[in-house]
Amino acid sequence: MSRSFNRRTFLAGTAAGGATAAFRIAAPAVAQNAPFKIGLLTVKTGPLAQGGNQMEQGIATFLKQKNNTLAGRKVELVVADTGGNPAGAKTKAQEVIERDGVNVILGPLAAYELLAITDYVRERETPLISLAAAEDVTQRHVNPFVTRPSATSAQCCHVMGDYALKELKVQRAATIADDQAFGQEEVGGFLRVFEDGGGKVVKKLWPPLNAPDYTPYIAQIHDVDFCFNGLAGSNPVKFMRAYADLGVKAKVPLLAGWTAMDDALLKSVGEEAVGVISAAWYSADFDTPSNKSFVADLQKDYGVLPGGYSAGMYIAGQCVEAALAKLGDKGDDRKALAEALHGVSLTDTPRGTFHFDHFGNVVGTVFIRKCEKKDGKLTNTVIKTYPNVSQFWTYDEKAFLAQPVYGRDEPPAKNLEQ
Amino acid sequence: MSLWLTLAVNSITLGGLLFLLSAGFSLIFGLMRIPNLMHGSFFMLGAYLGVTFLAAGLNFFLAALASAAAMAVIGGVIERLLLRRLAGQELAQVLLTLGFSFIIADICLMVWTGDPIQPATPSGLQGAVQVFSIYFPLYRLVIVAIAVAIAVGLWLMIDWTRLGAMIRAGVDDAPIARVVGIKVSQLFTLIFCLGAALAAFAGVMGAPILSAYPGLDADMLPLALIVVILGGTGSLLGALVGSFVIGFLYNFGQVMFPDLAYVILFLPMVLVLVLRPQGLFGRVAP
Repeated sequence: MSRSFNRRTFLAGTAAGGATAAFRIAAPAVAQNAPFKIGLLTVKTGPLAQGGNQMEQGIATFLKQKNNTLAGRKVELVVADTGGNPAGAKTKAQEVIERDGVNVILGPLAAYELLAITDYVRERETPLISLAAAEDVTQRHVNPFVTRPSATSAQCCHVMGDYALKELKVQRAATIADDQAFGQEEVGGFLRVFEDGGGKVVKKLWPPLNAPDYTPYIAQIHDVDFCFNGLAGSNPVKFMRAYADLGVKAKVPLLAGWTAMDDALLKSVGEEAVGVISAAWYSADFDTPSNKSFVADLQKDYGVLPGGYSAGMYIAGQCVEAALAKLGDKGDDRKALAEALHGVSLTDTPRGTFHFDHFGNVVGTVFIRKCEKKDGKLTNTVIKTYPNVSQFWTYDEKAFLAQPVYGRDEPPAKNLEQ
Repeated sequence: MSLWLTLAVNSITLGGLLFLLSAGFSLIFGLMRIPNLMHGSFFMLGAYLGVTFLAAGLNFFLAALASAAAMAVIGGVIERLLLRRLAGQELAQVLLTLGFSFIIADICLMVWTGDPIQPATPSGLQGAVQVFSIYFPLYRLVIVAIAVAIAVGLWLMIDWTRLGAMIRAGVDDAPIARVVGIKVSQLFTLIFCLGAALAAFAGVMGAPILSAYPGLDADMLPLALIVVILGGTGSLLGALVGSFVIGFLYNFGQVMFPDLAYVILFLPMVLVLVLRPQGLFGRVAP
């Protein structure tokens, strides 16, 4: 066992019967040359642990498929639990860089975690492949060491705004999202495209992250064509049940960002999710060879359907492999690795074809899905795909960056009604 | 108009759930003076046990009772083996119960993974009923009825039974109660089991609304604290009134003062602590 083997992986492993992934991912390093070290910043405790566990499953599945060897080099995975907060993310980033000396970091999960460590990884010149969506890390405060093969917070929501206007032909919207960076940026992106196209957001609701009951918010959703929901974690589960129970779902259809209707979350929701339309950068039923093997292997090992969290880390693993293949024996040069990562362009990934823009953010497919019940099981069926979606949507890059970053009141909503 | 009516009805239903949550906390703190920071964990573990029993095919209410019984045993063991040794040492009690809350959270994460689990609303209680001019989920109204039934039951027990008289004596003055032959020690275990069982029962009742997920413990504990500080420790009436005050405050506050969403629940607590530290219905300690 490597020394990445910490108390938590030990506990998790023993509890699950002794032979689970926590054991398999640690690659004993007996080769002559030192292994290439991947540090995974994930969340294994607290409310975000659900997504965090999936992140670990994603990269573990990838490394198992590759027999812990990427581009001919042995790979060792170091897993660190940030606890899902900025201070924890900073501590663990220091730990994996200073103590474990990792070559590349995958993660973290939450936008505010990424914001807490972006300056640090830049200073320590360690490449980072992010799952977290914080917009500015690939926009106004570009970090040359960060690449993001998942999406910015608003990348899918831009698409959702466009889809709502042009395909659903609806005009009046309410939005509800967690009152934190990710939710605010999601709603900001949705609002910009929707209102630029002539739609109106008449109500914006911001429940606290730990709201015990969504009823007071749901009671305010009326006289609109639909409601866009940018909730994350376990919150969409609570929200959608109350939304249906209060009879609002029958009157006001629900649209969602990727976290609110992630494929991995479907087993936690019931009838109330049927009919919800979501925009996501990954869909478990997408037909590529690598997605098929990814879904099959993850289901075999963990018995669950993968969602964006696990797919994001699987794809991050593919990026590392592609960059290492390009660098040959220069894989230990962290600067060269960061540059090589920026140049990665892949065709067979679980999310399809993608490449990075010059800010290190993905340009790739966004799926519009509708939740349906098939053979008694919920599935998100892809109803439209938007290829090559950039983080700037169709806007001019310079004009986009001249605007402030998306936030609670940014862009300002001009059509709010009391 | 329907907005305000929905809020009012929901305030009452949320109050019912809060009472189920905080009654046990109030009992334990009132009698034993133990600030039980595991209370949210009991709620969460109860919810997880409940959904497991449900998955095993048990009827919803049987699952809730089974979960409560299991939690009573767990609570009893913790009280007998650990808390007992720390009588009167508040700091040690806080650290022990806080430590256990982390342990329970980690165990739940291992056993039930991080995925939220939301049981279906029990059959027969699904759907909505008409309340005045609005439609409201039937299940939430059932929770109020159960909360009221439990409040009445607890009140009858405490005010009208011999056991209740002993509990009251213990709350008022434990040393003197011992002198007159009341087995305060057994009483402590009983109350701790009862408090834990109530929390677990509340967890299962709340699960179709709140779902069971990692972090549920930390979300619920502050609510129990607010209710009990507002209502007064050791007072069931206080817990009942406090629950409904918080229910109304939460619902109307979130709509009328959305920018104060984070503090709206804590403001009345601060006011009470400054103006009436013993809480609305608490008695001044002799």
